[in-house]
Amino acid sequence: MTEAAGVRNGAIIALEDVSRTYRMGESDVRALDRVSLTIARGEFVAIMGPSGSGKSTLLNVLGCLDSPSAGRYLLDGEAVEHLSEDQLAEVRQRRISFIFQTFHLVARMTALRNVELPMIFAGTPPAERRARAERALEQVGLAPRKTHRPDQLSGGERQRVAIARAIVMEPTILLADEPTGNLDSASGGEIVSLLKALNARGLSIVLVTHDPGIAAEAQRVVRMRDGRIIADERAAGARA
Amino acid sequence: MRLRDLLGLSLEAQTRHRLRTALTLGGIAIGVTAVVVLTSLGTAAKAYVVDQFAGLGTNLVIVLPGKIETTGIPTFGGSTRDLTIEDAESLLKRAPAVRKVAPLSMGTASFVWGGRTRDVRVLGTTAEFKEIRDLHLRLGQFLPAGDPRNGAPVAVIGSAVHREVFAGANPVGQPVRIGQSRFRVIGALEPQGANLGINLDEMVLVPVATGLRLFDQTGLFRIFTQANSPEDVPVVIRQVTRVLKDRHDGLEDFTLITQEAMLKTFQSVIDVLTVALAGIAAISLAVAGIGIMNVMLVSVSERAPEVGLLKALGARRRQILSVFLSDAVMISSAGAVIGVIFGVALVGVGAAIFPDFPLRPDLAWIAVVLVLALAAGVLFGLMPARRAAALAPVDALRGKR
Repeated sequence: MTEAAGVRNGAIIALEDVSRTYRMGESDVRALDRVSLTIARGEFVAIMGPSGSGKSTLLNVLGCLDSPSAGRYLLDGEAVEHLSEDQLAEVRQRRISFIFQTFHLVARMTALRNVELPMIFAGTPPAERRARAERALEQVGLAPRKTHRPDQLSGGERQRVAIARAIVMEPTILLADEPTGNLDSASGGEIVSLLKALNARGLSIVLVTHDPGIAAEAQRVVRMRDGRIIADERAAGARA
Repeated sequence: MRLRDLLGLSLEAQTRHRLRTALTLGGIAIGVTAVVVLTSLGTAAKAYVVDQFAGLGTNLVIVLPGKIETTGIPTFGGSTRDLTIEDAESLLKRAPAVRKVAPLSMGTASFVWGGRTRDVRVLGTTAEFKEIRDLHLRLGQFLPAGDPRNGAPVAVIGSAVHREVFAGANPVGQPVRIGQSRFRVIGALEPQGANLGINLDEMVLVPVATGLRLFDQTGLFRIFTQANSPEDVPVVIRQVTRVLKDRHDGLEDFTLITQEAMLKTFQSVIDVLTVALAGIAAISLAVAGIGIMNVMLVSVSERAPEVGLLKALGARRRQILSVFLSDAVMISSAGAVIGVIFGVALVGVGAAIFPDFPLRPDLAWIAVVLVLALAAGVLFGLMPARRAAALAPVDALRGKR
């Protein structure tokens, strides 16, 4: 697929022959090897693969946390490699959010303050910030625990705070790096349901996982090995 | 990002590591306290010396026998003539800029009254000395005016002599023995305090001719001359030099010293001392600054995942820089304020213990040290902050340095 086709089809993400190499001592390690991938607006894509297959690198490139060594990345039709560092920060602030396996909540801050954090750096006025953070916590069902600090919350609750933080800036894309990896299956299931609910309201989601059960919930499963995409399957009955 | 939010983030970060924050704060505070106290000491020492010179009298030009060469050692060659009472008198007649003249002789003798004996320094002088030194009498009268060559056997005693020998009794009119001669006490001085090692309280004043005779001296110890105003001091120097050279066969075998000259010497010494003290203090401040840098570097390493998170959340490089910089500035400015408070308090305690020493906080130095402490915070906080801002988000999220 050409980039023009990607934009025409309303793709929110279009990777074209993207490679990412790391220098490890004397040799180059190719974490991504000419990956091409198009993701449409509103899709829920799961990326699977063994450790070292390049799925996390792919996610970081998609999230503009890491930049490709070669190839093109069009985000909403815009070539990311031409963006300055500040523009990339702007993209991460407004359009792409992350959740992580280890949650990455700030331990000294309450749930509410953790959710406020992206708005602090966006310069949102305090009153508006608080209202929006409370609304986001309500959406993930954690309103009653807003004054708790991470160490007073269960793993599932922590991930829900992280999700509230991820959606508070109303992004178009949510990138999830093994979000259920540290959770028991019940909590993991809740998180997946929550993500599906958010997806149903139009949020595009790319989720990296080891767990076939979680991947089965996605509309589309991309399988990776050795930095390449080896399979790209749509679940039966999913939207094209 | 709002300033309040920035400070809020810093405050949150610091309250988490209370001990570490307190130690860093303490380091800065000690450095600042040192600067405040040491510079106050320097300034007070200077004020003290100025005070001492002021107590000596105003607009004085003092004549010493012998020429003090650049080596600082007075030469007593065969050509050196004594300073005489006649020299002093001629200054009054022939040097019009001279307002008052007092010849001085000096010797040490025992002072005996009743059964009590005390060793005293005997200062021979004239009635003019009272005005030149601004002396005040507690009892009786000062040395009589008149021909300085007429030495009456009378004495005016200093307050310490009065207190120790007479133990509160009225000394006026009492017969005493000084050395081998009999004297009558005619007055007692108010306490004058010590000036530059000359403590009039422990002296006995007698007419200058009497003083010379008592110690079998031919030359004077000093001649004090007083100018009308500070502007007249150089004129007095010129005239005194001319008159005395004329009287000493054209030889300048005497030395003139002015208060300003002495004061300047002392002041330059004290200035050097103050700067040296400030230097020592600055070193302690620098050590404290390196302490800040250390703590900040540890903090950056520890908070690397947080930095990664902030980047993932869309924080700009500049914002992360300001978060870490505000940490450093906050610690250093808080430390500086605490240090100033401690320093001022210490100076206050010192002033209470030594009331004679003009110890007070030096506002100029306080301003300097506040600026310095802040600068140290920025300077030593900048490197770790830059390091934090430059972290690659992916590595930072994984906790790499």
